[in-house]
Amino acid sequence: MADQVFGGIKIRHLYKIFGPNAGAHVEAVKNGLTKAELNAKYGHVLGLRDINIEMPSGSIQVIMGLSGSGKSTLIRHINRLIDPTAGEVLVDGVDVVKMNEADLREFRRHQTAMVFQKFALLPHRTVLDNTIFGLEIQGIARDKSLDIAMRWLERVGLKGFEEKYPNQLSGGMQQRVGLARALANDAPVLLMDEAYSALDPLIRMDMQTVLLDLQKEIRKTIVFITHDLDEALRLGDQIAILRDGEVIQQGTSQDIVLRPADDYVANFVKEVNRGRVVHVEAVMTPATSPVSGKPAIPIGTTVEDTLRILSREVADEGVVVSPTGAPLGIVSLRQLSGAMVNAH
Amino acid sequence: MDWFYKFPHMDDNSLRDLKKVIDDGFRGFTRSYGDIIEGFFTPLQHFLIAAERFMLKTPWPIITLLILAIAYAATRSLKIVAGCLATLMLIGYFDMWDDTMRTISMIFVCTVLSIAIGIPIGILMARSDRMQRVINPVLDVMQTMPSFVYLIPVVMLLGIGKVPGLIAVVIYAIPPMIRLTDLGIRLVDKDVLEAADAFGADNRQKLFKVQLPLALPTIMAGINQTIMMALAMVVIASMIGVQGLGQPVLKAIANQYFTLGIFNGLAIVGIAIMFDRVSQAYGQRLQKHREIVHG
Repeated sequence: MADQVFGGIKIRHLYKIFGPNAGAHVEAVKNGLTKAELNAKYGHVLGLRDINIEMPSGSIQVIMGLSGSGKSTLIRHINRLIDPTAGEVLVDGVDVVKMNEADLREFRRHQTAMVFQKFALLPHRTVLDNTIFGLEIQGIARDKSLDIAMRWLERVGLKGFEEKYPNQLSGGMQQRVGLARALANDAPVLLMDEAYSALDPLIRMDMQTVLLDLQKEIRKTIVFITHDLDEALRLGDQIAILRDGEVIQQGTSQDIVLRPADDYVANFVKEVNRGRVVHVEAVMTPATSPVSGKPAIPIGTTVEDTLRILSREVADEGVVVSPTGAPLGIVSLRQLSGAMVNAH
Repeated sequence: MDWFYKFPHMDDNSLRDLKKVIDDGFRGFTRSYGDIIEGFFTPLQHFLIAAERFMLKTPWPIITLLILAIAYAATRSLKIVAGCLATLMLIGYFDMWDDTMRTISMIFVCTVLSIAIGIPIGILMARSDRMQRVINPVLDVMQTMPSFVYLIPVVMLLGIGKVPGLIAVVIYAIPPMIRLTDLGIRLVDKDVLEAADAFGADNRQKLFKVQLPLALPTIMAGINQTIMMALAMVVIASMIGVQGLGQPVLKAIANQYFTLGIFNGLAIVGIAIMFDRVSQAYGQRLQKHREIVHG
């Protein structure tokens, strides 16, 4: 299968300048011209500056930023809905930037699928006909694509809604259609552009769960754009934080919460429910000698879940153990509560 | 100070010569190419004659049933079907059946022709801004130029009869078809188009799977407008030999037959309302998926 050997996505030195004469200003921007200067002097807008991100195959890469940070611009470079001004976008080792139109169409048909913030469903088609859209574009026979579509509709919980029109569905259900349409393509890359931002919080949580459950079996390379840090921390194997077109921090959710790169990130992280993000090994006192009489806590457990275990076992301390059961450290209630309220 | 009060125009002789040159040129063009051009339009003439023969030779009960069946298929509304039936019966009872059939066949051919020419032009226009800049002024001219003026060259080229009438009607009636096709395609949601791009749709797939279906309600409005404008041209077209409800009206104007004018005028209004209601109801039925909105 293609996705087992899929080489992931590598973005290298990507620049995007918006304006009629963008190419002429790349050198100046590379040499340190700021976004404000570029706009004031030449009337061009700097969209992205020197983006370098490696997204390994089979993981969820979240790109987080507020509006205007360039995150939607960035995701559109991966399937080249927007042309970069300079740089490389390697998907499975092939530079998307260098493709001609026909290659690009083939690439979009087979290597990527996209889910949109505003769903972008076809209003004149039923749910089922929307779901086969990508397959229809690929030229797959209708009865075969209907089978595939029915399977994915069932998988995202839309069985029984095949003959409805998008307008008859709620936002959450419309986005399930969007997700089913993208999954039906069976492309190794799944691009999700603020896919859940238009949904209300409960539905959003629900859809995040759907995605995480699905990912366990489909193992796609997912690029997920969001402006919601909680969503980013919940979904992301890797997170990149974007501000004014620049990546200001990359790392796992642990890295972002425990070691924010600057005040901007720290400010974001302040509001996060740390108990659900920080893992117990980050707060424990390392100790490798065997301990008995204390509840064992597997490495990778969140602080909140650890507290749950300790209170259930009526214990003040727990032993953090590796997957093989070897002790790694001791963690106390004091350390855990300290981690919850960010006392360090 | 004479030039101040009277606009200094081209002197009379040169003006007369200019007009003469253009007239002679066009007349020469007509003489040498008239036959070829007429030959070019022969298929159209056959189409017109066939359509008219069908409407006239078919017995009236069958035509009535046919029209009612089309109306029902398009609208699924018994009210509209009943309205059509009443209109047709009144027209027949007042002895205007044959003229009405001629007019309906003419309008039918004009509409088919306008759609066949108008939609591709509208698509081209929506595809490129430059095309739009070129075609728009042409459409403006077609809509504002008094129809008598472009009847002159058409009659000079093709003589009097059905085909020149058809051309005059199409020139007058096609602009809304073109404009609304263009508008409909341009108004298609950019997000949906982007989605089609993201899934790798080529231009053809985008046109037939996304743009045209989503523009269809607007295009239907264009067809409706085209039919209405074609009907409005019936009387003028009758001046160059198009048979139908226009000719009795023309006769009524010339001889001051008030009742004849009113009857035939009302028959035109009757079929106009029929066409309008049926085509609009059909257009709305096409948009059914838009109406049922999630609460």
